Amino acid sequence: MLRFFLKRLGLAALVAFTVSLISFSLLFLAGDPAIALAGEGATDADIEAVRIQYGFDRPVLEQYGGWLGNALTGDFGDSYYFKTPVIHLVAEKIPITMTLGLCAISFAILLSIPLGVLAAVKPNSLIDRFALFLSVIGQAMPSFWFGLILIVIFAVNLGWVPVSGSDSWRHFILPTVVLGYYATPAIMRLTRAGMLEVLRADYIRTARAKGIRPGKVLFKHALRNAVIPVVGLTAVQLGFMLGGSVIIESIFALNGAGFLAFESISRNDFPTVQALILIFSLIYVLLTLLADLLNAWLDPRIREA
Amino acid sequence: MKRKLLSFTLASLMTVTVVPVFAGASDNSLTVAFARELESLDAYMNTDRDGITLARHIWDGLVYRDQKTGEYVGNLATGWSWIDNTTLEFKLRKGVVFHNGEAFNADDVVATMNFVAKPENGVKTQRNVAWIAGAEKVDDFTVRVLLKEPFPAALEYLAGPVVIYPDEYFAKAGTKGMGITPVGTGPYKVTGHEPGKRIDLVRYEGYHADSPKGRPSIEKITWRIIPEANTQFAELVSGGVEWIWQVPADQAERFSSLGNFTVTNESTMRIGYLGFDASDRYGETPLDDVRVRRAIAHAIDRQGMVKSLLKGASIVVNSACFPSQFGCELDVPTYEFDPGKARALLAEAGYPDGFEIPFYAYRDRSYAEAMMANLSGVGITPSLTYLKYAALRDKVQNGEVPFLFMTWGSYSINDVSAITSAFFRGGKDDYAHDPEVIEWLTEADSITDPAKRKELYSKALKKIADQVYWLPLFSYNTNYIYNADLDFTPTPDEIPRFFSASWK
Repeated sequence: MLRFFLKRLGLAALVAFTVSLISFSLLFLAGDPAIALAGEGATDADIEAVRIQYGFDRPVLEQYGGWLGNALTGDFGDSYYFKTPVIHLVAEKIPITMTLGLCAISFAILLSIPLGVLAAVKPNSLIDRFALFLSVIGQAMPSFWFGLILIVIFAVNLGWVPVSGSDSWRHFILPTVVLGYYATPAIMRLTRAGMLEVLRADYIRTARAKGIRPGKVLFKHALRNAVIPVVGLTAVQLGFMLGGSVIIESIFALNGAGFLAFESISRNDFPTVQALILIFSLIYVLLTLLADLLNAWLDPRIREA
Repeated sequence: MKRKLLSFTLASLMTVTVVPVFAGASDNSLTVAFARELESLDAYMNTDRDGITLARHIWDGLVYRDQKTGEYVGNLATGWSWIDNTTLEFKLRKGVVFHNGEAFNADDVVATMNFVAKPENGVKTQRNVAWIAGAEKVDDFTVRVLLKEPFPAALEYLAGPVVIYPDEYFAKAGTKGMGITPVGTGPYKVTGHEPGKRIDLVRYEGYHADSPKGRPSIEKITWRIIPEANTQFAELVSGGVEWIWQVPADQAERFSSLGNFTVTNESTMRIGYLGFDASDRYGETPLDDVRVRRAIAHAIDRQGMVKSLLKGASIVVNSACFPSQFGCELDVPTYEFDPGKARALLAEAGYPDGFEIPFYAYRDRSYAEAMMANLSGVGITPSLTYLKYAALRDKVQNGEVPFLFMTWGSYSINDVSAITSAFFRGGKDDYAHDPEVIEWLTEADSITDPAKRKELYSKALKKIADQVYWLPLFSYNTNYIYNADLDFTPTPDEIPRFFSASWK
């Protein structure tokens, strides 16, 4: 188990490093950062001053080396745009994105696993059709559209929840539903497929023949096996949600880390973008690692591989 | 396109059951929505229009430009006179107090001027302060502002972006502190600030009574950051905010039919223009020939674009400046929409079958495409490259762009030196490099006699129009939508003034 763990950890670190190196070089293709920083209508002298002040006149690799060295000690530098330490900005915004991501993934799990199980227990029934319908809609509908429709119905017309902002838990209801719903179809379909397969297995028939209660057969014997691929998928989905909540954060004016990353790219705010890319990829890698470990715990066969 | 379709549906959905909540009127508060988070609340440390707007509420300048008459009146100063071409003496107002209780006097002006004048202090928009050499105290309420060289537009800048900081507080707080907790003499003070979410402004009860800005009526302003336009609409309809702006024309039309909202449209100082490589900076192109440039001027249906695309208070612009700017000569050669004439001019120049030309733009793609359709109507085939502003400006300044569609907002500076001189005085943005024009503009920018300046700018603008170094297109406009019970007047300098707003 320890060897397995260390191997995975090493791979994870390598992935995170590669991502940050590639993104660092890509940012330089997006146009001259000095001009963007100096602002619309800056004079040449302004631009030249900015270039020297920020060290853009140095080779890219040298800049990357310097950045990485500092980043390892937790110093991501100052944001070009806000002139405040990037780490403060990130600390300010990450909690919002985290809260949203965790709420959304919980919502997705609570909705999709029971539905997936039910759909598998009664295939081709009305409930199976309903689950299919839900997942097709979820897959097809763009999240900004879905979000705005919910705003119009529940915030504007019914007035049950606020339109936008992040002042109270009520502000998180709509974004949770929109973001969580986005992850629902994949989890539900995978649960259903896994359960269908497992329920046909011999050991389930044996368990039933032994007279074990149907509920116990379903949840202890069947689900534990069926859920293994779902764990991996859920981790990936949560990763997507943290990095991909840009649109949701923008629509609901949540102003979390996803939106900060998006805005920072168009502002050419390199230190912020770099820090966020590194943090997001670390979280993503960590989630995948956790899923691997969880699966290894659920299924001893994986540990051997 | 998707978004447009969506907005359409949204607006129609919202009209079904709208019960507007007039929360603000009852407690004399106002909630306004802006799209962007400011990099800093320090007036000198952001370049954003929203920041310019905020600064007008927190701080005052030495003078103020009356929006109705266009005249300069005293604000923190009560009078001024030119001692010589580079020295401007101000008599300061007595009894003015900053938000933190610090009394206003000559030291504040001197400290502010000397700080912003130094480039190493990093004022973001250097153009606003680059003309200042510093300031000297004469006595407690008399101060001399020193210019690096004669700069006739000085008062315009002192009435706008150059605001006065409290010297004692600023010495302690610095740029960082000012960016978080700003302190000024203005009509509103900042009482709370959650970056990216909101700024809380409260009416400053000690605001000096003689200010030309007038005493504010609304007690509390909540300045919310809502990046998504559709969310702003939803908030407006549900009463979560009471004022929004920069609303696209089609949306504004729908709101005006709702009845509970006032929709106003006001021109801005931003104008769009086509730029040509007339001086071979890019290399040899058909655009070197003035007849080809005139042909393009005749080929573009500017009136049609204003009517069907820009709408509102936009107008066709013929001179390379915004009409309200000092020195903007309006009596220049014009080119009416006439494709026949355009084709004839092209044939005369030796391009009867037209030609292909690279074409660059950075915003308003639909406008660029409308113009491309016009051009292909006379045989010219532009190939469009659409870039981010920074990338395009980079290429332009490197001389890599033969033909472009760009815009210029003059930073709301009401003087042609902020536009015509910025593009035709031989700088990196100048693709005409006309020695005569450069000479006239250079002289006009450095003398203080208004009549002589006007005459020189007029000559330059006439030649620019005659040679079609630019084809000025149209002015932009902004739609404001707000609660019908709010008394609010937009101004053409595109700076919302909530201190003049009130509930009916």
